[in-house]
Amino acid sequence: MKKNRIFALLSAVLFVLLSFTGCGQSYVPAEWEIPYSDSVDWKKFADAGITLNVYNWGEYIAIADGEEESFDTIAEFEALTGISVNYTNFSSNEEMYAKLKSGGTSYDIIIPSDYMISRMINEGMLQQLNFDNIPNFQNIQEDLKNPGYDSTGSYSVPYMWGTVGIIYNKTKVDEPAEKIASWDILWNEKYAGNILMFSNSRDAFAIALMKLGYSFNTTDEKEIREAFDALKEQKPLVQAYVMDEIYDKMGGGEAAVAPYYAGDAIVMMRDNPDLEFVVPKEGTNRFVDAMCIPVGAANKEAAELFINFMCEDLVGLKNCEYIGYATPNVNVMNLLDDEIKNNPIIYPDKEVLDNSDYFVALPAEITLLIDNLWTELMSSANGVDIWLLPILVGVAIVVSALLIFIRTKKKARNNY
Amino acid sequence: MKKLPSRVYYIFLFGFLYIPIFVLIANSFNASKSRNVWTGFTFDWYVKLFNDADIMSALANTIIIALIASTVATVLGTAAAIGIFNMKNTARTVIMNATYLPIINPEIVTGVSLMLLFVFLKINLGFLTLILSHITFCLPYVILCVLPKLRQMDIHLYEAAMDLGCNRRQAFRKVVIPEITTGIITGFLMSLTYSIDDFVISYFTSGPTSQTLPITIFSMTRRKVSPKLNALSAIIFVIVLAVLLVMNVREIKASKKNKNRR
Repeated sequence: MKKNRIFALLSAVLFVLLSFTGCGQSYVPAEWEIPYSDSVDWKKFADAGITLNVYNWGEYIAIADGEEESFDTIAEFEALTGISVNYTNFSSNEEMYAKLKSGGTSYDIIIPSDYMISRMINEGMLQQLNFDNIPNFQNIQEDLKNPGYDSTGSYSVPYMWGTVGIIYNKTKVDEPAEKIASWDILWNEKYAGNILMFSNSRDAFAIALMKLGYSFNTTDEKEIREAFDALKEQKPLVQAYVMDEIYDKMGGGEAAVAPYYAGDAIVMMRDNPDLEFVVPKEGTNRFVDAMCIPVGAANKEAAELFINFMCEDLVGLKNCEYIGYATPNVNVMNLLDDEIKNNPIIYPDKEVLDNSDYFVALPAEITLLIDNLWTELMSSANGVDIWLLPILVGVAIVVSALLIFIRTKKKARNNY
Repeated sequence: MKKLPSRVYYIFLFGFLYIPIFVLIANSFNASKSRNVWTGFTFDWYVKLFNDADIMSALANTIIIALIASTVATVLGTAAAIGIFNMKNTARTVIMNATYLPIINPEIVTGVSLMLLFVFLKINLGFLTLILSHITFCLPYVILCVLPKLRQMDIHLYEAAMDLGCNRRQAFRKVVIPEITTGIITGFLMSLTYSIDDFVISYFTSGPTSQTLPITIFSMTRRKVSPKLNALSAIIFVIVLAVLLVMNVREIKASKKNKNRR
């Protein structure tokens, strides 16, 4: 009897939870009229019962957040075209690549970054797009129509781009401007313990290579080893290797200087007015995330319709405002607030862009070398740390041995 | 004299366990996106959470998968436990070792091998594969919860029921099942928690049509884990706490009743 009630209670709780989730899922139609271009027939697949599988970075699309002006991209697409969408996320290019490579899945649209796109093109994992179905491609800015990672421009449509730079705290960094605008600042011993660094190998090695004046796409083993030595030398100065923890550390003033992506730097600067962002004079890395259709996609034409939808002026605008990175779409850029449009952090001068480069896919043995060196760097301890663990283990063993000894003695005594 | 140190120890212990959770709950009401700047009290994150189709569908997936997987695992596991209990000694040892193996096995090995199996069998990764893999890793826990209850049970009760005119099925339903119910419920709840918690195995066996909450949260780490998740964690914590409290209060009441009767 009692058990039954507990079960009833449990199921009631779960039911309430489920009904909550149900209300989140339901589509709330936007209150304003959305002008979509009529260059394609949006209703082409309305009655075909098609489902698209979209695979994107986490937090990388505009979603409804309960505010009046919020825009739910996926729900809007579903309402406009009658195509339903399964939307899932990944957290790194490598994760996405592994998922596709291992098989058993069929994605229609993926949004990888530049170097991963060139790798996937090389390995024949992407399909050529039919640009007749993507008329909005004409709105993409010229220099991104056939960029380095996709030189024929036939496999990808850019979604967002940005640059990497140095974010620093004005109250903590006291240097002349030209000294801050250099990757060397991340090696400055004055800020020991106040420096943050990327916790992913490609970005970290790229910074070291740029500091040394090499290309970050180098395949020269000697240069990569030099970069490794530089990173090793930097390690004692680094407070932490971070990705998204940087928001708290920089926002809360726990660290003085760090490299990060421009779009995210803006968000941090809004939280903490002491922060400033600068692109180093040695040049920097420009990244592009672009939409592609992998081989094996079940509905290529519907996927192209989705890509075209993502390049619509209003959709692009909403996504750009939500994400905060730079848009590759000229029309969208014109619609942005002047304050954002003219912000040199998000949209740097031509000079900066000319001085920047894309990541390209590295040969397998170089990728392996970088990964191995990175692991070595992360596991190499400095100072006291090397003894800490053995000592702790030793103490634990002694304590437990002592306890066992005492207990057996007690037992022996009790037996008498 | 002896009380003070033990009290300090308790405070320390519970501080370690609960302070992080309270910090998280406090932050779910923080108007600022940052975790260390307090800019005012707000319910915004809760509103945003319930409007976020991504998180909500992931949550729904997680709950549905957990419910289906732990129900199936409970039924299969209970049946298996009864079978194992009635086996000869050697056979039982062999089977029990086979049961322990998936628990000792690192999750990542289980995840990869399940993924390889599904790819080999040409089953598309998705909802079905998630449920199958969750049933797989929940099964041993159910067996391990039910078996001790069977051992505790007085075997003569079953024989007595047969003597008093029950057929095998009736004896099983009226005597054996009530005796092991607590074990079954524990097994079910264990499966439910493990299934909701699981990241590694789900990571390898999820596909384009389904994504559980842990995977959604993990995928946010490139940009920023949204404060909406603080709100979600706070809600889950409160619900779990409420369920635990209600169950404990009922148990205390029930045991008091039993005492009075005696």
